[in-house]
Amino acid sequence: MKVLWLQSGGCGGCTQSLLCHEPRGLIDELRDAGIEFVWHPALSVESGDEALAVLEDCASGARPFDVLCIEGAMLRGPNGTGSFHLMAGSGRPLTDWVSRLAVQARWVFAIGSCTAYGGFSASTPGNPLEACGLQFDEHTPGGLLGAGFRSGGGLPVVNIAGCPTHPGWVVDTLEKLAIEGLQPSDLDAYGRPLLYASELVHHGCPRNEYYEFKASAEKQSDLGCLMENLGCKGTQAHADCNLRTWNGSGSCLRGGFACVACTEPGFESPGHAFQETPKLAGIPIGLPTDMPKAWFVALAALSKSATPPRVRDNATVDHPVVLPSVKKAKGK
Amino acid sequence: MTRIVLGPFNRVEGDLEVSLDVVDGQVAAAWVNSPLFRGFEQILIGRPPLDALAIVPRICGICSVAQSAASAAALADAMGLTPTANGLLARHLIQATENLADHLSHFYLFFMPDFARPAYAGHPWYEAAAARFAAVSGAATAEILPARAAFLKLMGFLAGRWPHTLALQPGGSTRAMTAGERVRLLALLREFRSFLERSLFGDTLANVAALDSRDALAAWAEGRTADFPRFLQFAGSLGLGRMGRAGDAFLSYGAYDCFAPGRWQDGVVSELNPAAISEDSVSAWLRNGPPRHPASGETLVDADKPDAYTWCKAPRYEGQVYEVGALARQVVAGHPLLRDLVVQAGGSVTARVVARVLELALVAPRMEGWVRALQPGEPFCAHGSLPDEAVGVGLTEAARGSLGHWLSIRRGRIDRYQIIAPTTWNFSPRDSDGQPGPLEAALVGLPAGEGAPPAVQHVVRSFDPCMVCTVH
Repeated sequence: MKVLWLQSGGCGGCTQSLLCHEPRGLIDELRDAGIEFVWHPALSVESGDEALAVLEDCASGARPFDVLCIEGAMLRGPNGTGSFHLMAGSGRPLTDWVSRLAVQARWVFAIGSCTAYGGFSASTPGNPLEACGLQFDEHTPGGLLGAGFRSGGGLPVVNIAGCPTHPGWVVDTLEKLAIEGLQPSDLDAYGRPLLYASELVHHGCPRNEYYEFKASAEKQSDLGCLMENLGCKGTQAHADCNLRTWNGSGSCLRGGFACVACTEPGFESPGHAFQETPKLAGIPIGLPTDMPKAWFVALAALSKSATPPRVRDNATVDHPVVLPSVKKAKGK
Repeated sequence: MTRIVLGPFNRVEGDLEVSLDVVDGQVAAAWVNSPLFRGFEQILIGRPPLDALAIVPRICGICSVAQSAASAAALADAMGLTPTANGLLARHLIQATENLADHLSHFYLFFMPDFARPAYAGHPWYEAAAARFAAVSGAATAEILPARAAFLKLMGFLAGRWPHTLALQPGGSTRAMTAGERVRLLALLREFRSFLERSLFGDTLANVAALDSRDALAAWAEGRTADFPRFLQFAGSLGLGRMGRAGDAFLSYGAYDCFAPGRWQDGVVSELNPAAISEDSVSAWLRNGPPRHPASGETLVDADKPDAYTWCKAPRYEGQVYEVGALARQVVAGHPLLRDLVVQAGGSVTARVVARVLELALVAPRMEGWVRALQPGEPFCAHGSLPDEAVGVGLTEAARGSLGHWLSIRRGRIDRYQIIAPTTWNFSPRDSDGQPGPLEAALVGLPAGEGAPPAVQHVVRSFDPCMVCTVH
């Protein structure tokens, strides 16, 4: 399976993340799964005219390829010219290249939330960059390719959202496609592969005991649950970050900071400070997905009243001050 | 005269276009174009100040925590907050992990594959270079990627993930290390040291760090078969040690509290006064005006400006062009090998690569020391409050050089946020005095055009450019 990769209005972080693939190195992993890059801006030897020749052949249909991976928002400005990103050496807007290549590709992958929904590039008030995703403007279907776009393989754009994406999300989606194909039923309503978006970041969160008892962190570096005060959206964000983990054993929560829901459209403009939880009458506005508000309020009150001293005391410090007690054996 | 346009210039971070005027097979003049505009300084305006910690890492996926660290330092400055001792050590460790991983990626993935180009097929070392370093398929790529991923497991502990962490805060870090985790960190650092000593150096880090002159380096490399000595062999046979000089004026903000800040030129070290920095936008598609200090800087798009040719501004120090990066950092800090390389033959392609590789040998052992100095149980984060009106400056060193953030807060919101990234210095365009930027100067005189060797490729990549930072 041949993969062509281009970058535009983004930070390149999804490629940097991809290169962290483990346990096997990325290139070995992909090669043995029958996947190769036609061209990748960070990896390929071809530069300048050699690279343009590859891209032109792909765009004209002379050189068949399977998957078009785009990393970064589509910058349509200023005034619809696309000249906020003219592809080096070609003098043509990257948006032109993407439009031409997308109709030749059997599948189109949006790598990262910028590419999927617009991301930070689209978040300046008034959107002067005229940034958008491949097939979404934030939550609204559309984007560069339009809501009706279907690639040669019959799918809309596959949105491997995340800021950055997890290397496993990209590699597993490519490998699933290579092994058994992708169906519309493999994607959620925002085009994200269910192989990672069917979970919530909350699942597997190491702070679960604090969450259960609503023992909340009050300031950065506290061990408690980050939902009530510090802006965590793990109970609403679709991703398997705490099951799959990042860079070995990590995740945002494991790093001690809030999930900002970077796999969700519009995460970049939450309407409140990222590290603070907006509340109404003392209750967080963003409640856990699928949980009726009245239940949440009732359960929160109950669990707060039942919080063990260990959990309560450890929640507001950066290392445990009370350890789980050890039961002594009976009769000795 | 012919005009050559090179682009997309890949195996750099982001998109880059280089235009060359070629006369008699040599570059007579060069123009460096960063063809992508990001607009992050506008994205930040009007946001709650601490939101910068979530926004600025997204400027760059390869200098992500350097951006976080500069922002955290600027916010700490605005808050009058001093990080805790553990917090500072955690910040050093997180930044060093990114910087060293970047050095490794640059050497193996971005720089070395050019020696496997067919243009070098006649050289006695070509077969070995192609087998080891060819882009994607070379044996080194298969080895480096798992080693890099294993090293970045440090981030899983210290910062949750990489890139794009919120662990770095004005007062330190969100993530306190336990005594048990210190043991894991040391084990990961030993694994990395072992990889460097076996594959990159073929010698101990201590022996590499102790090399103190060009002659000592040459004697050390003789007959050694690891990857760094291989580079020195290729570079020697191609004359890269005399190629790609810019102005040989170097600037560094200082790193990890162990590499001193300052400037270096003509053998003289001088102090660095951040007030002497200004940015000139005459060659950028940005509204004209007199050069401004970044604390009062502006970034206003003027996409149809005649004679402009890039989205990059031109930072200058006292109006003068400076080069930044690992070479600048080590020359300013006084490493004898790099000082000698520059004194003997200037800031060349070879010197820039040696500086990055040497930093791997210099910093990895220091990281082990920082881990040992962590005090589990003591605080990792100090806490303060943000004033509604304040200014702050955060100066740090990313892998590829000096990174500065200048922030002002009014009525509790970000009023102005200006960033000067390392490659903004190195790949700056001509300023109002017509002075070309460092890369533009370094390309002049190189062979170019039909049938020329890939000298331009080596010189451009020797700076380890990060274009997405450049055009933040």
